[in-house]
This record gives sequence, structure tokens and C-alpha cells, in this order.
Amino acid sequence: MDTNSPALRRGWHVAVALVPAAFLALFFAFPLASILERGLTSAGGLSLPAGTGALLWFTAWQAAASTLLTLAAGLPLAWAIGRFRFRGRSLARALVLVPFVLPTVVVATAFLALLPAGYERGIWAILAAHVFFNIAVVTRVVGGAWSTIDPASSEAAAVLGAGPWRRAREVTLPQLAPALSASAALTFLFTFTSFGVILILGGPGRATLETEIYNRAARQFDLHAAAVLSLLQLVAVAVVLAVASLLEARAGPASTLADEGSVLRRPIGRERIALAAVLTAAALVLVLPLAVLVRRSLGNWGALFRETPALLVEPWQAAVYSVAFASLAALIALVVGGLAAVTLARRPAGAVDGFVLLPLGASAVMLGFGFLIAFDTAPLDFRSSWWLVPVAQSLVAAPFVVRIVAPALRSIDPRLREVAATLGAAPARAWREVDLPLVGRAFAVAAGFAFAIALGEFGATVFVARAEQPTLPVAIFRFLGRPGAENQGLAAALAVVLAGIVVCAALAAERVAEGRGRAL
Amino acid sequence: MTLCHKAGVALAVLAAAFVAGCGGSGDSRSKEVVLVTHDSFAIPKQVKAAFERESGLKLRILQGGDAGEAVNRALLTKGNPQGDVLFGIDNNLLSRALDEGLFEPYKAGGLDQVDNRYLLDPTHHVTPIDHGDVCLNVDRKWFASRGIAAPRTLADLREPRYRKLLVVENPATSTPGLAFMLATVARFGESGWREYWRGLRANGVLVVDGWEEAYTARFSGAGGSKGTRPIVVSYATSPAAEVIFAAKPPATAPTAVVVDSCFRQIELAGVLDGTKNVAGAHVLIDFMLSERFQTSVPESMFVLPVRDGTPLPDAFRRYAVSPARPLELPAAEIGSNRDRWIDEWTRTVLR
Amino acid sequence: MLSVRGARVAMGGHEALAGVDLDVERGTTVAVLGPSGSGKSTLLRAIAGLQRLDDGSVTLGGRSLAGVPPHRREIGLMFQDDALFPHRDVAANVSFGLRMQGVAPPAAAARVAELLDLVGLGGREHRRVASLSGGERKRVALARALAPSPQVLLLDEPLGALDRALHDRLVTELRGLFDEIRQTAVYVTHDVAEAFAVGTQVAVMREGMIAQVATPERLWAAPADAWVARFIGLTNIDERGGTSFVTRPEGVVFRSDASGDALVISSHRDGPVVTLCARYDDGREIVSAHTGLAPLTPGARVSVEIDPAAVVEVPTTIAREAPHPSAGDAVG
Repeated sequence: MDTNSPALRRGWHVAVALVPAAFLALFFAFPLASILERGLTSAGGLSLPAGTGALLWFTAWQAAASTLLTLAAGLPLAWAIGRFRFRGRSLARALVLVPFVLPTVVVATAFLALLPAGYERGIWAILAAHVFFNIAVVTRVVGGAWSTIDPASSEAAAVLGAGPWRRAREVTLPQLAPALSASAALTFLFTFTSFGVILILGGPGRATLETEIYNRAARQFDLHAAAVLSLLQLVAVAVVLAVASLLEARAGPASTLADEGSVLRRPIGRERIALAAVLTAAALVLVLPLAVLVRRSLGNWGALFRETPALLVEPWQAAVYSVAFASLAALIALVVGGLAAVTLARRPAGAVDGFVLLPLGASAVMLGFGFLIAFDTAPLDFRSSWWLVPVAQSLVAAPFVVRIVAPALRSIDPRLREVAATLGAAPARAWREVDLPLVGRAFAVAAGFAFAIALGEFGATVFVARAEQPTLPVAIFRFLGRPGAENQGLAAALAVVLAGIVVCAALAAERVAEGRGRAL
Repeated sequence: MTLCHKAGVALAVLAAAFVAGCGGSGDSRSKEVVLVTHDSFAIPKQVKAAFERESGLKLRILQGGDAGEAVNRALLTKGNPQGDVLFGIDNNLLSRALDEGLFEPYKAGGLDQVDNRYLLDPTHHVTPIDHGDVCLNVDRKWFASRGIAAPRTLADLREPRYRKLLVVENPATSTPGLAFMLATVARFGESGWREYWRGLRANGVLVVDGWEEAYTARFSGAGGSKGTRPIVVSYATSPAAEVIFAAKPPATAPTAVVVDSCFRQIELAGVLDGTKNVAGAHVLIDFMLSERFQTSVPESMFVLPVRDGTPLPDAFRRYAVSPARPLELPAAEIGSNRDRWIDEWTRTVLR
Repeated sequence: MLSVRGARVAMGGHEALAGVDLDVERGTTVAVLGPSGSGKSTLLRAIAGLQRLDDGSVTLGGRSLAGVPPHRREIGLMFQDDALFPHRDVAANVSFGLRMQGVAPPAAAARVAELLDLVGLGGREHRRVASLSGGERKRVALARALAPSPQVLLLDEPLGALDRALHDRLVTELRGLFDEIRQTAVYVTHDVAEAFAVGTQVAVMREGMIAQVATPERLWAAPADAWVARFIGLTNIDERGGTSFVTRPEGVVFRSDASGDALVISSHRDGPVVTLCARYDDGREIVSAHTGLAPLTPGARVSVEIDPAAVVEVPTTIAREAPHPSAGDAVG
């Protein structure tokens, strides 16, 4: 049999593309369409509820402000991590992920305790919390790109007489442009659809699209308004993603991929002071809220192993369930996202890549509602099945897998595959021997991210989770909602456990990624 | 794949199997009964085990959100419900559910042990299970240390000496917040309640979105809280909770209830219309009225039982309040005016 | 051994290969020489099966390669930038082809050792690819390509980006290696000296077609036309309409003469050979090359002696099969 016939290969390609498409259609498009249809047909057409304009405006400008501040705060840290080799670098990279994964309720409560009176509500609190959450995105994406920029171009500029700031502006910044716009787009997306932070730190009267959708759907049961606003949010997010894609395309291809090992160096002279300052500031910003949590948790660690009426299981078991569900979710995300990445990588980077993030723009509560009404009759009556939890979690994690793996796949030198062919490797074999190992690193990074995101997912999980199998965010939320110092302390302890798991997972992913060699 | 990769994958698969095994969704529908409820529902393990033993049914619990959200989810899936019994609907949310035909009628065994004032529905579409009034809580230590008398009535809150001391929840987003707003409607009537709130606003009331934030972060009397406000809208049972969960059990409760402000809050359960397991639903509701379950409600859910003669834990006997005549409004009146009142409240207080 | 007939490839509106015929005999090396854009790499890729032919055929050992995918052609390929597998060590790179053939590990290891010795990297099996120097990478790439004993080895400008001394040394080594193992090879380059050093035969390519195939000696003695002559470095060309006269620089002698009709304008030594350029008073320039020491310096007035045996008459342009849309010489 000729395994190389074009027809067979095209069949393979179609099959590979079909899996993620079918997954998305069944678990995302279908439930969302169901609930939107229910909402839109329950009352009059597409009329926007009163006050939508102001809502949209506030949502947009707080997201823009948050993005700018996050970029400003994240760039120095990205510089530190992307340029220099120093002791504790891996730990720093892993720690930066922790805010990303903590449930917003926990973080918001910690911030309430931290911020000075008078500022603990309102726009400054929102911005501060957003920066705290999203600094990871800028640091890791821009820092990662920075460590692949060949220093030769900057050195050439130096020889030609450009001072350090000039070099930064004219040589480094353009080369970082794709990473900058990618992280800016991601941050904007997250802060645009931010929910817990606005709810708790914004105070009443401050609402974004997402919180308003939640209010209308879950609290007031006004499905029509919720559906209209959801559609609006989807459109707005699509616009954001389109603009981001355009920016990324205009910025040009990524710069020459130097080996990370050859780019990182030890800091010299004034750089050491700057580095120390940046790291200290970052440590303060990132560690302080966590320190508040740890302090709250003291004295309650024993209670983790005792029965409590708030949960049907002992609290420590929530950690086990969390890890189990998140692992499964990460696996699903790796498979679905990986196959989608393979399909997308066949084409050069384009607009489609941006839209991969669209599922993140759908309201979690609408999706959850969609699960409830879409999966209620045979043969699709699995709304009460335990495996819907990891599926819901994987829906948020999969887009990240695609965004991390697809560029890595694209960056593989096609000549390597050609060489493999001339050495006797059939196309499938060449793929296995060449492509797969080279994206191993990207896969490890993606696995770490997917696991972390799945761990912290709360919005959609809450609709499908069963009380006998609580995840950590669900358990934390449960304890937060009950009076008494011990319950609050338990919530904090569980939050610390959650943070600990994430750090370990991220460190492990780093270790595996580095072990596989540096070539991308 | 490196060895450590393989190990990781194996671990994940094992964990998943563990979860699946514990989950066991392979049971046939008739051997289990599903309870749909809100986040505050809690049942001790022994009590749950006792139920499962006596009834031969496995109890599965689906919970999420507060009472309002749980009811809304039930409304969403009306006719093809997620579970058999809905627990957690209260008198404020009742009329809409009844109008939409969310429940099937069932006269529970054990209703004869329940005081009449809790029987809100003569047609037995819903069964009362517990009650826990929403009242203002005050931080006794705060007031004592400043030599100010704590407020005794709702009207007191407008006085200048209580300026900037009150934190309330938004009735649009919080069940206790809604109850408190209804209390003011009940006390000051249709013509006066808005004026009252204007006065509260002028006196520096702080509005937050949810009970968690109001109580655990803003209220100075909550254990471990850094809050600065000594007056909060919470529950009649909260002082008892403070005693029970304090790091070191205090001699007397650190907080107290303003009895004049209490608004009746009865929590009910009902058989969801369209359930396939009617028999199991009946068994569950009967169980919830049984002495065993009613005894467990104070310490698990911080509410008071409706069954006469149920023994209370010490702290509850001493510090939990059950006012003889709390403020109330007819369920139907709440149902038809609630949205309008919330709108007007928002305009009066937030804008 | 290897035969290409009438190969045509159209890319983006123009013909990268416009009807190429080429024969490579067993055990010989054909150097394909031409400027960039002349289609050399396309020809190589077409032979390897990485580029589809729009017309024409490739035959190897009598067997047609039409429809045969690259991994079944038993043709080795060595790229300009090595394309070593970065995630594997030296031994894993070299043994790749052997693994694809299903050779058992012990036999493969033995062959790897043998090849590494052959290219002068004996004992370096477990070095990581990233730690190799430029020259070492080339040798590994070569060993890797040779390991599965391909019938033909194709090399696409393999010695670019190397320093001069290393480059020259490797050229000699390659030639010696190919002779020693009697490897059939097609070697693509734009460097005339390299082509002459490596190739048993040299095929000069221009704009998608073969302009001339000959031994280096023959090429130097009798270039096919003025373009070929200019490309391979015979710059003394006197074009007179359809015919041109090419004078080999080694047949031009400058004699110091105060009343001579030319002025030396540059002098340049490359190893044992000195190349002088002089300008006649009427503006024409002429190049002379000789061995030995050169007392003549720029500015000296000389008279020019030309050995008639060094002059050859060639057509200015040879007849071409297809008219070319982009006329004009490619820059050499």
C-alpha cells in the first residue's frame, strides 16, 4: 500500500482537524447556541437592555487601563527573566503563574485586606487586582520571546553608536512587538471578561458585561437580556481578537530564534542593581497577597483533615479531586488543542489563530446554563456526569494549548523533514521522529499551563460539579460563604494548598521542558 | 516520552479512575435521589449515611450559587429537572416558583410537628425545613469600647451617632440583602421605605454585593476580619456561629442581633415537577423533617429547625435568636413587587 | 547511473527548470555550477523527489523514479545549513537512515563508527549537536547522508559559510572521500573554483537550462559561449557580433615597456598565481595571469603579448530551446 498517496494524506488531515472541531461543536457551540436561542426567543428580538452603552464603555476602558498597567508592570519582570540567568529563575517563573490560577474570590478578599481604607473598592482596586492576575501573561510571553532574541542585533546597534535606551526602543522593542501585542491581546481579553474582581472589588453599581450577564441570568433569571448581552460580548471579543491578529501580522514574523541557552547571561554592573530592584518589587507585589492568605490560614491546617459540615468530604480530599480533574482536563486539552494546533500549523500564522481564543470570550454562566439545557435528553443526557467537569475545564485550557503549540510547530525547519525523507522516513514516521520531539518542549509548557488553568476554573465547573467531588475552588468558595473565623481560615489554607500545587506543577513542567533540550 | 512523563500520565489516569469509581454514575436512577440546592446547604456525613442506610437510596447533591440562583437553575430546567428535590427556596422567592409550577404537591409526614407559622403553602407544593431570620448584627465589643449604645431599632440607624457604621448587601445580588430591604418595606410601608433609605444613604451606609464580603471582610465583629463597620445585615444565628468557630471559645457572644430588624426567612423544599423519582423525593422530604436531620441543621447550616422540640446546641440556645414577631410580607406581594422595589432601591441608594 | 531528461519545473509564473538533461555516471561527481536563480537547487530537489516535475523524467540505475516518494529513492541529500536534528546526538543523527532501513542496533552502531572514522570524527558518537563547530557539523551531516549507502549523494552548496582554510581543506577531503568509496555525487555550487576542484564533470546552468557539460579542463579550454566564459572567470572577451574571442589570461604576458600601449591598473596574488589587469590607452582592459614573482606594479606602463594558442572563438550565445521571458545575463 502506498502510504504516501495524496488522497490518503488529505484524509488524515481532515480526520485530525475533525476531532477538535467536533469537540468544540458539541461542548461549546451547541450548549451556547441552545441557551442563546432560549433567551432570544423568550422576549423581543435583539433589543439591547437599557444602559448597555455605559456598560460597554466601562468594560472596555477598565480593560484597556488594566492592560496598559499590566504591560508596564510586567515588562521589567519580563526583562529580568528573559535576559538573565540567576539563581531562582525557575522558581520565579513558576511563582508568577500562581496569581493566574487562584480563584478570584480568594484573591479579591486578600486584596480587600491589603489595600488601604478608601481604596479597597473602586477602579484602583480593580486595576491593582487585574495587574496581579495577569502579570504572568506578560512576563512569560514577552520574557519567553526576549530570551530567543539574538543579542547580535543589539550589539551591532551599540557598535553603531546607539545608547541603551535607544537600542531598547529601536532594536529590541520591534523584535518584541509580536510578543507584546500577543500578551496585550490576552490581557485585554481576560480583563474584558473579568468577573470575580469586578464583583467584589468594584462594589455595587460597577458592572461590566460579564457581571451584568451573570446578574441577569443567574440572579434575575432575565434570560433575554442575558442572551443579548452575551451575543454583544462575543462580538466585542471577536473584534478584539481580530484587531490583535492584525497587529500581530503587521508586526512581522518572530525574530531569529536563538538558543535560549546562548542568550541568557549573568547580569553585570548596574544591571545587577536593576535586576535586584525589579525582582524585589515583583516579589512584594506577588507575595504580599499570598502572605496575607498564609497568615489567615495559620492554625487551621489541622482542620484540613477533619470532617466539616460544609463539605461532604474532608477538605484535603478536595485537593485530590482537583488534581484528578485538572489532570484529566489537561489531557483532554492537550489532545484537542494539540490536534487543532497541528491543523493550524499547516498554514502560516493568520487571523484564524486569533479566533482560537474565542471560547474564552463566552460567559461562563451562559455556558453552564447551556450545559443544563442542552444535555438533558438522551442520547445527550450527560449533564450530571462526572466527566463533564474536566470537559468544561478543558474548554478554557485548550485555546492556550493551541496558542503555545502551533507557533512551535510552525517554527520547525521544514528541511529537517526533507532530510528525514531522504534518509528513508515516510511522512508519518518523519513527523514522529522530527516534529514531535521538537515540540516536546512546547507541549510540556502547554501541559503546565493547561493544568494550572483547569485547576483554577470555577465559573462553568460550578454548574456541573457534584457535591461529593468538590474541587479546590468550589471548596474554597464554600468555606468563604460560611461565618466563623475557622471557616475563613480553612478557605485560606485551601487557597495556599491550591497555590502550592500550581507552583509544583509549573516547576515540574519547567524541568521537563528544559530537560528536553532547547531547540524549538 | 521520558519516564517521568509516563509516570505523570499514569498518575493522572489512576486519579481519574479513582474519581470515576467514587462517582459511580452507573447506578440506575431509581436507586438514588438527587437533591438540588444552594451553596449553603450542608449535611453531616453520619446523617447522610443514616439516610442512605434507612432508605436504601444513594443521596446525590448538586449545589451551586445562592438560593436565588438555585431556584433560577430549577426554573431553567423546568419540566426536565436536574434532580428530584429542590431545597433552599425561601419565602422571598416562593411566589414565582409557584406561579411557574415548579413543584409537585406533597404532604410530608412530620408536618404535624411543625408550627403553623412556618406553613406558608396550604397546597403543600413546598414543605418548610428550617428558618433563619435575617437581622442586623452588631459588634458588641466595638460599641462597648467606645461607650456608644448599640442601635436597637431600624429607625436608630438614621441617627448621626451611627454615621458610617452600617454595611448592607445589595438586594439585587444578595438574599440577605433582599430580606433586609423587604424588612424596611414591611416596617415603613410603601410610602416611607424609600425615604428611610435616603436617610441611610445620607448617613454613610456602605453597600457591597454579597454576604461574604459584608460579613467576613467589612464587619468588625467577624472573627479574623479586618473590617471597620460594626453593624451588618446577617442572620439571627450568626452570633452563635461566632462562638462556635472562634479560635478560643469566648465567655459570651461577641456579636448580638437587633431584634427589631429581623425579617422572617423560612427555607422550604419541594418535589420538582417532572422528576422521574417521585417516591425517592417523598422519602427525602420526609427525612428532612425527621428529628435526625432537624437536629443537624443548626451546626451545619446555621439555621433553626422548624420541628417542634428539636434539641439545640448550647451556643444556639444561648445566642441564636428566634423573634416571636419578625417582620414579614405576604409571599404574593413580594412576588409581584420585588423587581420594582429593587429597581427603586437601586435608584435611591446607588445612583 | 542517474539520468535526467527534459526536466521542467514552473514556479510562480516562470520556469525554474526549462528542459534539463543531465547524466551522471557511476562513481563520478558532477558539479552543477551556476549563479543564484539558475535553478541548481530546484534541479537537486527534483532529483531527490522533494520537487514535483511538471515535465520530464529522472531515472536511477535504469529504474524510473516517476511517482516514487523521496523516502524510497535511495538518494542522499546534504543541505547547505546541515539541517542536523538538534534534539539528537551525533550517533543518533548518523544512524537515522540506518534505523529507517531497519538495521539492527549493533550493526548500525558499527556502521556509525565506521563513517565517523571516515569523516574524521572518530569517537564523537555522544557529542551533542549544539556543541559542534562548523566544520564538525558538516562532517556529521556528510556521515549521516552516507550512512544508508545511497546510490546517489546530492549536495546543495554544502560548504557555504565556512572560513577559507577550512573550506579548502574540506573540498579536498570530499573529493578524496568520494573517490575512495566510489560514491556517485551531484554537487551544486556557485563557486567556480569549488566546482572545478570537486567535479569529475562540471555542468554549467543558466536560467533553468544546462549551458555546457564538460570536464574542468575542457570547460576552460573551450567554453560553450561568451556567457559561460565570463562566468567561469575568462574575462578577456572580445565580442564581435555573433562571435566572440576569448583569451585565456595565462596566455597574456605584460612586458615592462615605457612606450607600451597599456597601463597596469591592478595586481592581485592568490597563492601561487598572480593576476594583473591592464588598461589600453583606448580604454579596453585585459587580464594576465601567471605564476612566479611579479615585479610589475599598478601604474607601470607595459606592452601586451598574446599567445594565439590561448585564444578561442566561441559563439556569443548558444542557441537556446525556449525563448526566455527574462532576458539578459544573470549576474555571475
